Amino acid sequence: MYDTSDIRKGLKIMIDGHPYTVVEFQFVKPGKGAAFTRTKMKNLLTGNVLERNLRSGERLEPADVETKTMQYLYADADLFVFMDTTTYDQVQIPKETVGDQARFMPENINVEVLFFNGRAVDVTLPNFIEQPVVEADPGFRGDTATGATKPAKIPTGASIAVPLFISVGDIIKIDTRTGQYLERVGRG
Amino acid sequence: MPASRTTLETRGRILRAIRGWFESEHFVEVETPARVRSPGQEVHLDAIPTGAQHWLITSPEYHMKRLVASGMPRIVQIGKCWRAGERGPHHLPEFTMIEWYRVGVPLDTLAHDCEALVRVAFRAADRDPAVLGAHVPFRRTTVRELFALHVGHELAGDESQGTLHVLATAAGVAVGSATAWDDIFYQVFLDRIEPRLADMGPTFVFDWPAPLGALARPKPGDPRVVERFELYAGGLELANAFGELTDPVEQRRRFQEESRVRAARGKPVYPIDEALLAALPKMPPTAGIALGFDRLVMLALGVDRIQDVVPFAEH
Repeated sequence: MYDTSDIRKGLKIMIDGHPYTVVEFQFVKPGKGAAFTRTKMKNLLTGNVLERNLRSGERLEPADVETKTMQYLYADADLFVFMDTTTYDQVQIPKETVGDQARFMPENINVEVLFFNGRAVDVTLPNFIEQPVVEADPGFRGDTATGATKPAKIPTGASIAVPLFISVGDIIKIDTRTGQYLERVGRG
Repeated sequence: MPASRTTLETRGRILRAIRGWFESEHFVEVETPARVRSPGQEVHLDAIPTGAQHWLITSPEYHMKRLVASGMPRIVQIGKCWRAGERGPHHLPEFTMIEWYRVGVPLDTLAHDCEALVRVAFRAADRDPAVLGAHVPFRRTTVRELFALHVGHELAGDESQGTLHVLATAAGVAVGSATAWDDIFYQVFLDRIEPRLADMGPTFVFDWPAPLGALARPKPGDPRVVERFELYAGGLELANAFGELTDPVEQRRRFQEESRVRAARGKPVYPIDEALLAALPKMPPTAGIALGFDRLVMLALGVDRIQDVVPFAEH
């Protein structure tokens, strides 16, 4: 068990049955009252932020959570198969745990997998990926200033809105959080 | 980050202006011992030991009350106090307190003093107190009003701890493992009321529940609360004032109860100040107050961290 004197940024604790990580904390003490730690925490499963005033001496249950870097190997029916980059152990994670962002998860990419009580509960992709365009309509030279876009496909099958000058074989940089095209980083 | 040279110059000007104000009000500035045998009984204040059976004061109140009892009707002290383990954006283990006593005045006189001192500090800092959203007189409210408004429950002040626990839980406050009356109260206060005070402009909160009485006397006509106010301004708890308890029997009972709680929680128990108890019967009706000087400087300068208004913040 922890107590309030253990509170620091990144401490993982259980609150109301959910795992949280401490984001911010501050010593507060109302006149004539006990000391409290005003603690801002992020729910590791939902991302929701919670603020609690934890009284000095209050016992805090450690959250059994761990983040591991894993490499995405392949998809298999309802599962994705990942490999621990340090132990080489393979782990199967249901597709629904990864969710919609799988569109931006090409094979062999390294991701962060969050384990809670030994079970994979969340997968975080790198913020940016660089992928070749495998399918796109022909571009129109000189038409870069209009802001017009066209759809282009990357190997994962995701369709990205790209500027008209992008053609098959170009390497493009994509923000995995928004699915937006950022820039061309290589020419086909 | 410790205070800049400019900040220290302003702090010095505020200090001089405050001394001048107390002089104009005919106060005698006194200096009482910093190293004492009885640093206080309060459950949540821990003193810093200094040599055998001595501690640094957490507040100068015991000795100052003895001076009042000896016949000094208006005294002020501006000096250091020490509280072990208190460190945060509004707390340092060593800080500067302004403490003053007025004989024979109602508690509200001290509220007027606070209004004057805030004005004096802002003027010395060359800033306009209007930035606080302050209208003079400052807003005056009570713990009961704040509870009704922000917790949605009436709080008379004489609830049992069981009733208070039910009230807090019904209001959706996570009281955790708290069982003591004051712990439950302050959980509700911090969760629901204190954040709202920050937006209210300078506010005096009067009439605290009797279990939080410490050294305050029961309010005549309503003994479920005590004669006490706290001044909040700019998100800071600036001052705490009491209509001073002068009944030595009741004061001894409270000291003994607090010592018992300290012992039960495994905290050091300090000797009861017998000289203070012996002096109380000679003490006339008095209002007394402590105001955090560092916090007043923070307020006048619009600074968020106490570390930014002292020259050596690591202390």
